[in-house]
Amino acid sequence: MLAIIVTVVVLLILAAVLVVGFVVPRVRRGRGELPPPPVRSTGVTATKPPVESAAPAAPERLVQPAPPAAETAPPGPLLDVPEPIAGRMQRLRARLARSQTSLGRGLLSVLSRDKLDDDAWDEIEEALLTADVGLKSTTEIVDRLRTRTQILGTRSQGELRALLSEELVTALRPELDRTLHTVPTGSGPAVVMVVGVNGTGKTTTCGKLARVLVADGRTVLLGAADTFRAAAADQLQTWGARVGAETIRGPEGGDPASVAFEAVKAGKEAGVDAVLIDTAGRLHTKVGLMDELGKVKRVVEKHGPIDETLLVLDATTGQNGLTQARVFLEVAEVTGVVLTKLDGTAKGGIVISVQAELGVPVKLIGLGEGADDLAPFDPEQFVDALLGDVVG
Amino acid sequence: MFDTLSDRLNKVFTGLRGKGRLSEADIDATAREIRIALLEADVALPVVRQFIAAVKERAGGEEVSRALNPAQQVIKIVNEELVKILGGETRRLRYAKTGPTVIMLAGLQGAGKTTLAGKLARHLKQLGHTPVLVACDLQRPNAVNQLQVVGERAGVAVYAPEPGNGVGDPVAVAKDSIGFAQRAQHDMVIVDTAGRLGIDADMMAQAAAIRDAVQPQEILFVVDAMVGQDAVNTAEAFRDGVGFSGVVLTKLDGDARGGAALSVRYVTGQPIMFASNGEKLEDFDVFHPDRMASRILGMGDMLSLIEQAQRTFDEDEAEQMAAKLASGTEFTLEDFLDQLQAIKRMGPIGNLLGMLPGAGQMKEMISQVDDKDLDRTAAIIRSMTPAERADPKMINGSRRLRIANGSGMMVSEVNNLVDRFFEARKMMMRMTGGMGMPGGRRNARSAKGRKNKKGKNKQAGRGPTQPRMPAGFPGMGGLPGGLGGLPGGGLPGGGMPGAGMPELPPGTKLPDLSKLKFPKQ
Ligand SMILES: Nc1nc2c(ncn2[C@@H]2O[C@H](COP(=O)(O)OP(=O)(O)O)[C@@H](O)[C@H]2O)c(=O)[nH]1
Ligand SMILES: [Mg+2]
Repeated sequence: MLAIIVTVVVLLILAAVLVVGFVVPRVRRGRGELPPPPVRSTGVTATKPPVESAAPAAPERLVQPAPPAAETAPPGPLLDVPEPIAGRMQRLRARLARSQTSLGRGLLSVLSRDKLDDDAWDEIEEALLTADVGLKSTTEIVDRLRTRTQILGTRSQGELRALLSEELVTALRPELDRTLHTVPTGSGPAVVMVVGVNGTGKTTTCGKLARVLVADGRTVLLGAADTFRAAAADQLQTWGARVGAETIRGPEGGDPASVAFEAVKAGKEAGVDAVLIDTAGRLHTKVGLMDELGKVKRVVEKHGPIDETLLVLDATTGQNGLTQARVFLEVAEVTGVVLTKLDGTAKGGIVISVQAELGVPVKLIGLGEGADDLAPFDPEQFVDALLGDVVG
Repeated sequence: MFDTLSDRLNKVFTGLRGKGRLSEADIDATAREIRIALLEADVALPVVRQFIAAVKERAGGEEVSRALNPAQQVIKIVNEELVKILGGETRRLRYAKTGPTVIMLAGLQGAGKTTLAGKLARHLKQLGHTPVLVACDLQRPNAVNQLQVVGERAGVAVYAPEPGNGVGDPVAVAKDSIGFAQRAQHDMVIVDTAGRLGIDADMMAQAAAIRDAVQPQEILFVVDAMVGQDAVNTAEAFRDGVGFSGVVLTKLDGDARGGAALSVRYVTGQPIMFASNGEKLEDFDVFHPDRMASRILGMGDMLSLIEQAQRTFDEDEAEQMAAKLASGTEFTLEDFLDQLQAIKRMGPIGNLLGMLPGAGQMKEMISQVDDKDLDRTAAIIRSMTPAERADPKMINGSRRLRIANGSGMMVSEVNNLVDRFFEARKMMMRMTGGMGMPGGRRNARSAKGRKNKKGKNKQAGRGPTQPRMPAGFPGMGGLPGGLGGLPGGGLPGGGMPGAGMPELPPGTKLPDLSKLKFPKQ
């Protein structure tokens, strides 16, 4: 009996090693429901030409000056006008605070005690853990706070709140550069690529970001490089149509790199200010799909460097968010994080570890499904909202 | 990478052995380690607290202090308790007595409801039902189109009278869908709804209205396995807002430890019924509590693998297979083909590979290996002459071309296989060298060059109660560490579920397949 398991394990490993050779080329071709039929070899060396140097097939190009009535029937004008950035901050801040109350309340009860005993520290720790800050970052923050309160002999609740707030802001690395690179630097448009795992809000972020840019008086073109998920390109196109941005798309199941390439090309030709490329959701554990993403990036970069690669993280994500960020950073050279769904009860504490360990700044936050529910990330505001109820 | 719970507990219990009853401090230290492990797996804090209170009692009892290996015993207890909670009463879908059976899906935005609707429909269709999908997500741009495409792929009808994108009343659609299903003779109705936040009162009221309109037999709460501490809030909000009768866990093909499963189960008491583990419609399975427990604890699923192996092979056959593997350079492609066929009797290769203990990175490799890949390998080997199979070295350029043509593959694929075979055989020799093969007799000591850290695995985790394994696990500890050519080939978390299984000794290394160099096209 013992032999069996060892044998099986060894054989499984062997099988895996042997078939790896097939798997990788196949997944690189995409992940349609059906694997493409094997190409029969005809000539002497029937190796496929290197995919990357192949000229991308021209994707079908759909110009959408106005949305079809059936798709969007917004009351009022066809192209609605995005809310200016300045105005939206206040509205969104209230929403952020709403999602953070329990952490605030928990800390409030701790900070209002007369004595900072071990239980109090435990509660602070638990409040942070509950916000998905993670054990490592939590321990660091609490330890620092403890030392400082001892040294300073902090007593009053107001002082404590200030200290805690300071520690949290420090943990959010306020010194990081959070500029969003959406202004053309060279000859062509600024190129922004949006990446992340499934369902985090990539397409929505693309749509919202397009609106922000349009509100700023800039011209935008969208590239629907999610050729995989059903109706993903339609979804992006609907967003684009609402602000009058053209969407370049390819056939479903087509090569995402070609679509991205064509989008940037079209953007150059049309002389737009920015091209936003939406990519398919992919779990960071899928080597083939991550390779595909790397390829999209390299193919797009034939037009020149990508100005901004945004990783979209869902605020509900737990500790896995750090792993996600690490892998996406490695494959796609992420330059900024968008933290979405902060309008819910989740607090998105994982971004503390992401910034601390990877140095990638959070640049934007998503606060709802509405078209204008996107705001710049500001560490102090974030912490303020986090501790909203704990008024000093 | 995180230490596994077994690594941590081994540290706690070093020096404790034979000390008799555990002291209060020992038990606290144990509880602390369990807490860390669960928090790292994203189990929600209130659940961690209650769970530990329950385990602490058992951990302080005789079964641990008397154990030869208390660390293993604690893991066994933790594992058992996890399985107990995750499994609870499992049950099948409830069907309506008259009229169509209605299943309503609910959950946060981006949880994977629409994809799941398609998978469920496909699953039910395979069981002989005639389901119809109902498009009640009229909010998210093009969610209706997405459901239509998904329905088409699953080969089921879709009821989508409204265009969506903010147009149409989901409650009315839900209501009308029942009449539609009756007229069109669909015996099951799957209602896809918009994603919503627990704190969005209007949207929760809408969900309740949809529920009242369709009177579902089942409301399934769909939750992403990557969700962290918020799982508890959200599960409670949905429980109170719409109520649900079952849970579906999605995106299990990632490497999140999935503590959310425990959180949701714990606070709502509702059973986890299905697991969704891939983007394809067939990536759908009933939920296995034991596998989930191992996953939360960062261990593989060796138990299922062993069970499956035991069911498939008898002793003789296993001995023969082992002997072949130990034959070193005499191991031929022919042998490989034979053994591959044998292994395939155990089940789909992707599933088997997924049971090996290891980190998500390796799981990735695995999720993309399927039986078709094996078939392609087999096709190539079958196009070789017996002589070529026995001595793959003789396969030169013109032979490769012939084999490629014969098997319908490309020459590069044949090249690949031949190259890889030599690599694999080398690897096999290193592995078996340390295992005292053939016959599974233990001979680990003779293995040269292994790198078991700390050398503390001599009596590798032999707990007193091992229902399944008669003796120590064969010296898997003899697997050489970072197998040459496989950089850093360690599998984090080489532990195994404690339920009656001796674990792989800490520091055990299996080659990390994800680190293999991929052939460049
Ligand atoms: N509440 C909330 N929902 C969001 C936010 N961003 C995106 N979503 C929703 O999350 C779901 C998935 O979004 P989508 O953009 O399709 O994700 P993708 O798969 O990453 O492209 C949709 O239902 C969106 O409406 C946000 O900031 N808050
Ligand atoms: Mg998308």
